[in-house]
Amino acid sequence: MTQLIQLIQEALAFGTVILFGAIGELLTEKSGNLNLGTPGIMYLGGIAGLVGAFFYEAAAGAAASPVMGVLISLVCAFVVAGLGGLIYSFLTISLRANQNVTGLTLTIFGSGVANFLGGSLNKLAGGVGQISIAVTSSGYRAATGLENLGFVGNILFSYGFLVYLAIVIAIVASFFLNRTRAGLNLRSVGENPGTADAAGISVAKNKYLATCIGAGVSGLGGLFYVMDYTKGTWANDGGIERLGWLAVALVIFATWKPVKAIWGSYLFGVLFWMYLYIPGLTRSSQELFKMLPYVVTIIVLIVVSIRKKRENNPPESLGLAYFREER
Amino acid sequence: MDKSAVRLENVSKSFGPVTAVNRVSLELRRGEILSLLGENGSGKTTLMNMLAGLYFPDEGEIFVDGQPVTIRSPRDALSLGIGMVHQHFKLVDVFTAAENIVLGTGGSGRYDAKRLRQDILDISQKYGFEIDPDRKIYDMSVSERQTVEIVKVLYRGAKILILDEPTAVLTPQETDKLFAVLRSMREDGKSVVIITHKLNEVMAVSDRVAVLRRGKYIGDVATRETDPKKLTEMMVGRSISLNIDRPEPTQRTERLRVSSLSVLGEDGVMKLKDVSFEAYSGELLGIAGISGSGQKELLEAIAGLDPAQPGASVLFTSREGEAHELVGKSPLEIAALGVALSFVPEDRLGMGLVGDMDITDNMLLRSYKRGKSFITDRRRPKKLAEEVVDELEVATPRLSLPVRRLSGGNVQKVLVGREIAMQPTVLMTAYAVRGLDINTSYTIYNLLTEQKMKGVCVIYVGEDLDVLLELCDRIMVICDGQVSGVLDGRTATKEQLGLLMTHMEVSAGE
Repeated sequence: MTQLIQLIQEALAFGTVILFGAIGELLTEKSGNLNLGTPGIMYLGGIAGLVGAFFYEAAAGAAASPVMGVLISLVCAFVVAGLGGLIYSFLTISLRANQNVTGLTLTIFGSGVANFLGGSLNKLAGGVGQISIAVTSSGYRAATGLENLGFVGNILFSYGFLVYLAIVIAIVASFFLNRTRAGLNLRSVGENPGTADAAGISVAKNKYLATCIGAGVSGLGGLFYVMDYTKGTWANDGGIERLGWLAVALVIFATWKPVKAIWGSYLFGVLFWMYLYIPGLTRSSQELFKMLPYVVTIIVLIVVSIRKKRENNPPESLGLAYFREER
Repeated sequence: MDKSAVRLENVSKSFGPVTAVNRVSLELRRGEILSLLGENGSGKTTLMNMLAGLYFPDEGEIFVDGQPVTIRSPRDALSLGIGMVHQHFKLVDVFTAAENIVLGTGGSGRYDAKRLRQDILDISQKYGFEIDPDRKIYDMSVSERQTVEIVKVLYRGAKILILDEPTAVLTPQETDKLFAVLRSMREDGKSVVIITHKLNEVMAVSDRVAVLRRGKYIGDVATRETDPKKLTEMMVGRSISLNIDRPEPTQRTERLRVSSLSVLGEDGVMKLKDVSFEAYSGELLGIAGISGSGQKELLEAIAGLDPAQPGASVLFTSREGEAHELVGKSPLEIAALGVALSFVPEDRLGMGLVGDMDITDNMLLRSYKRGKSFITDRRRPKKLAEEVVDELEVATPRLSLPVRRLSGGNVQKVLVGREIAMQPTVLMTAYAVRGLDINTSYTIYNLLTEQKMKGVCVIYVGEDLDVLLELCDRIMVICDGQVSGVLDGRTATKEQLGLLMTHMEVSAGE
């Protein structure tokens, strides 16, 4: 029983990282931009939050409050990740650069910047060479207060607020896309920008906004990883990038539907951590289990292709630049 | 009261070196249906796209209700009450009709699905449409999609409706329905422009006809006071002498015998219906027709790219006198027999050449299958590339330049040059001079004539009637996927061609 609770808790934490990443990427893709820079953007969000919290705690000293630390790092993460999205938007929307190349470059850029700054912070922190922002991190990890309600409390209420925020954002995104005019406009831009343009919708504005806000949301995934998942520390181990790719895979798994991404992310978490609870695995056979989320994604792709349901397909103009006067 | 709804004055628009619309002035009155008539490339669509805000005019003025206006975007156009139904529908496939209709109409927050549905049904009832607001577009037939487009424009409160070739995709019954709707809009005081080149429809539905030719405004007449023959004359104009050299055909033997060839298009519509004809060696056979009448499908079916419907036969007689049935053979087998296709589609690089490869590699594309060795032989293609560049005067700094970076005319020379170098028995070209300047066009004409004199059976799909009349020995006219006539290139007149292209009976003088 404790093992099961442990697995679910680990899966939810793991899933939250990729859920943020996936919802951000999903919003971006709904505008027709395939941003493969998501891992890099999550890196940017993570490091920006860390830097913000580190300098806040250093400046405030003993007076540092968890609430301020959380606020500052949250804003830093969202804004810096959004700026990453802005770079991508400018290159692909205004300059019409190739989306795949731009995205991959952004991933390399983001992880480079983050690991450089993260390493520097670890040096600055002195001591054992490991940065620790205990105050802010504790703010992120403060549980709801209901975690002691036995089994239910353990499973449902034992997490920091970002876990719940991720679910809220996913539901809001779903409502926005399916029920509002602005969401309809955004979807039309991703499906058929020519049509959207002819209907008087600004294609560039929608793409910019969706990509930047989407990047901001993805960045929160990196923030959650740093503040909650690794408890306010930094390691140059490529962990965020690995999860970033899973976030991109999750968008496909969820067939571009935010609500599906919620349970999908937790399923990915369970699949990824399952190896810990299966006895008799060696180091190499563990890796096979970590691969499962990708296997599931491939299976979903196959099933979707066979069923040929139009609603499950990617936005039609995903990956393509739009230029009105092209003949 | 001023009856003018929209007035265009001296409007021009160029795309690069090509002037699509040249100082056109046009007036649209309230409560009338105006036909905008013209051949392909006469600038009809471009002109209307400027009204709809898709293109911005290079010069000239636009007045709506007598007031000068600037239309910078489709949104500007809609706020002035101008709505356009494009030839290629602008609909989102995975949305419902209602979602497509409400798309981009202002307001924020949620939209009231119930009221929207009621509004759509009201509009449908008023003008006599049938529409299901909750159906997805991908489930709809072409005419249902068109209805959605029209309702979409009306829902936005358009007073001026522009329809770009609305009947091209409709069955006759659907066309009648559409016309009834258009008439009830006219009764409602709305102005309608339909862009078309089908004369019978012009006569059936419009109050006035305005004619464009090669980007220029030719004039307008009341439909009551004109007839198809006069309109054809306005549309095609007088013949211009081009002085293309046209020697008499020699060694005329049958090369291709096409019988009952039908091809089904991607959208389930028959693109070619029961086409039969013969083509001979040493002869230049021209194919004329409004674009999209099935020319592309015809050539592709012969080349084995499009599957023919059962019952078709394409009999090919080689130079040695052997007969081969081409239907059922693969494109490679057909090409190996000496049937060459050089197709120049709209984007020039779409078929036949690989844009990112250089000239030599593009030559190699055609010949590498003949090689035996594992490693490709680059020497011969390189020599061929040099020959093509020399003989056709391709302007390129070096052979290793990617073809994509050559100008359009030079790309076409490379494509045609390569096909000719394969020494084909049958050479098919489509739109070989599209977008080329006069001199280059003549180079291509001379090349084709040269091939003809060498005993090649040349099939030339062209757009310019003057050229067809001076270049070709025989001209076959296709209209709506069917052969509407075969004329002798030396005696045919432009009017005859024009009437056949728009499917009016004439006494063909063969």
